[in-house]
Amino acid sequence: MTTLTAEHLVKNYHLRRGLRGGTLRAVDDVSFTLEPGRTVALVGQSGSGKSTIAKLLLQLERPTAGRILIDGEPVQRRGGGLSRYRRTVQMVFQDPFASLNPYHTVEHHLERPIRLHQPKLSRDEVHRRVLHLLERVRLTPTENVAARRPHQLSGGQRQRVAIARALAPGPGVLIADEPVSMLDVSIRLGVLNLLATLQREEDLGVLYITHDLATARHFADEILVMYRGRIVERGDADEVILRPRHEYTKTLAAAAPNPERRLSELRGG
Amino acid sequence: MALTTHAAEPVGGTGGLPAGSAAQRTRRRRLGLPPMTAKLATGLIISGAILLFGLLGPFVVQDPTRVDDIGLTGPSSAHLMGTTQTGQDVLAQLAYATRGSLTIGAIVGVLTLLLSGFFGVVGAYAGGWVDEVFSLFTNIMLVIPGLPLVIVISSYVPDKSLWLVALVLSLTGWAGSARVLRGYTLSLRNRDYVLASRVAGEKRWRILTVEILPNLIPLLASQMVFAVIFAILGEAGLSYLGLGASGSISWGTMLYYAQNGLALRLGAWWWFVPPGLLLALFGAALSLINFSIDEIINPKLRNQTRAARRSWLMSRKQLETAKEATL
Repeated sequence: MTTLTAEHLVKNYHLRRGLRGGTLRAVDDVSFTLEPGRTVALVGQSGSGKSTIAKLLLQLERPTAGRILIDGEPVQRRGGGLSRYRRTVQMVFQDPFASLNPYHTVEHHLERPIRLHQPKLSRDEVHRRVLHLLERVRLTPTENVAARRPHQLSGGQRQRVAIARALAPGPGVLIADEPVSMLDVSIRLGVLNLLATLQREEDLGVLYITHDLATARHFADEILVMYRGRIVERGDADEVILRPRHEYTKTLAAAAPNPERRLSELRGG
Repeated sequence: MALTTHAAEPVGGTGGLPAGSAAQRTRRRRLGLPPMTAKLATGLIISGAILLFGLLGPFVVQDPTRVDDIGLTGPSSAHLMGTTQTGQDVLAQLAYATRGSLTIGAIVGVLTLLLSGFFGVVGAYAGGWVDEVFSLFTNIMLVIPGLPLVIVISSYVPDKSLWLVALVLSLTGWAGSARVLRGYTLSLRNRDYVLASRVAGEKRWRILTVEILPNLIPLLASQMVFAVIFAILGEAGLSYLGLGASGSISWGTMLYYAQNGLALRLGAWWWFVPPGLLLALFGAALSLINFSIDEIINPKLRNQTRAARRSWLMSRKQLETAKEATL
């Protein structure tokens, strides 16, 4: 049971343009809470700061201002505290073709997090856990898949491996950065359903980062709409999609393909 | 899911080619070895032969320094490759010279690998001021003109050992490959899989050695091969100028003495052609190996032969099963 809270997060990047320096505010005063069993969707266009928030939450970047709290305690940035944090907060990356090391087997990718976080397990025990993880993400036959290298798997299969890797330490919070945007449309739903099932089984808090309003409404309980580093609208998923208040959310909703509206336009015109 | 798993099965393995060669090819690819092409085979055979000659030759030939009063004579049964002006056996000299040149090449290759790996890879991975300092140092070493420095050092030290020459050659030669390695490491360190292992909680040194380094192996190998060529040619150049290691025999010193003994004007081709030829052949062979390694780093250079392309096509039987699966 883990609650992850972001409080007034700010992230500035310094740009160098010749001699003049500039500051880019990628994330501007963002606060939200991830609770067990709930999905929060972060929606916004490219460059709106969604992935920067993911990097801040994973401690791959340091926030310029603001705090990240885990179960009410400020997160620790080194040593045993960081190791505990890594165990509880995990991530599924956007591009399954880039997030698996081409040199290593699937087994290596799953075995490392297990070993890191449970160093006392025997070799057999670790192997059994790897196979169990593969089974949970529906990659069978497990022995066969474990021995493969990433280039021998399809995009959807790789993303399942990435999900299994994120689940390996037994996390409480999962951050999914556009987990299906690089996948073929036909297998997106399968991967998303898998994520939803695993979330229910483990009672995970999920931050679902996406630019797709339809899947956000389908999977999330709460939607945050981001625009230029700020959260411009937040609320219950259906509420945000059906009755958008902010101008940007309306544009976003209007940009999504809507066959019924298009059909009525065709009939009318 | 069973369907996609099935589709991901490598199709090439069951194509028109005999199963043995396909399986072999898959194994080579898994080990990260370049595919065995004519280019690679030629390079390996030539360099292997020269290597064997350098390793075993000195055990079977005569004493390369023994002076005889027969003077400059052409190839005969007593001296298969003739003799030098002072009656020394050219074949014997060639065997020892090969050993000498290859030793220099090996030492410089390893030293260059270590230096460029340390300053290129570690600097780029550590980032921040470490990277700034390392890359500044690399750039300084890069603009120091190599050959003049080598000549100055060589003429300053009176009694030069083989190791000193090797050290000088590697000190002036590592900077270029360090820059290449730095560039590639900079791109690797921000790949998603490196971030993913940070998220998993891997230690920094482990990310460097286990996640990044294996992906650098082809590049390291090709840089090392280049360093070996550079060293052997550089040593030959130095020796030809009379600045090589004192008392050693290498392809360069052979050419130096042949030049001094007016071999060209006297038409004593058996004296200067063998070392020159071996020098050129070894350089060419290593370059051929290097081109094959380059094809792994940069798949765009791979030229698919017609046979390889044919193996991508599905056989009639596969087509039928595919049709059944879609119907």
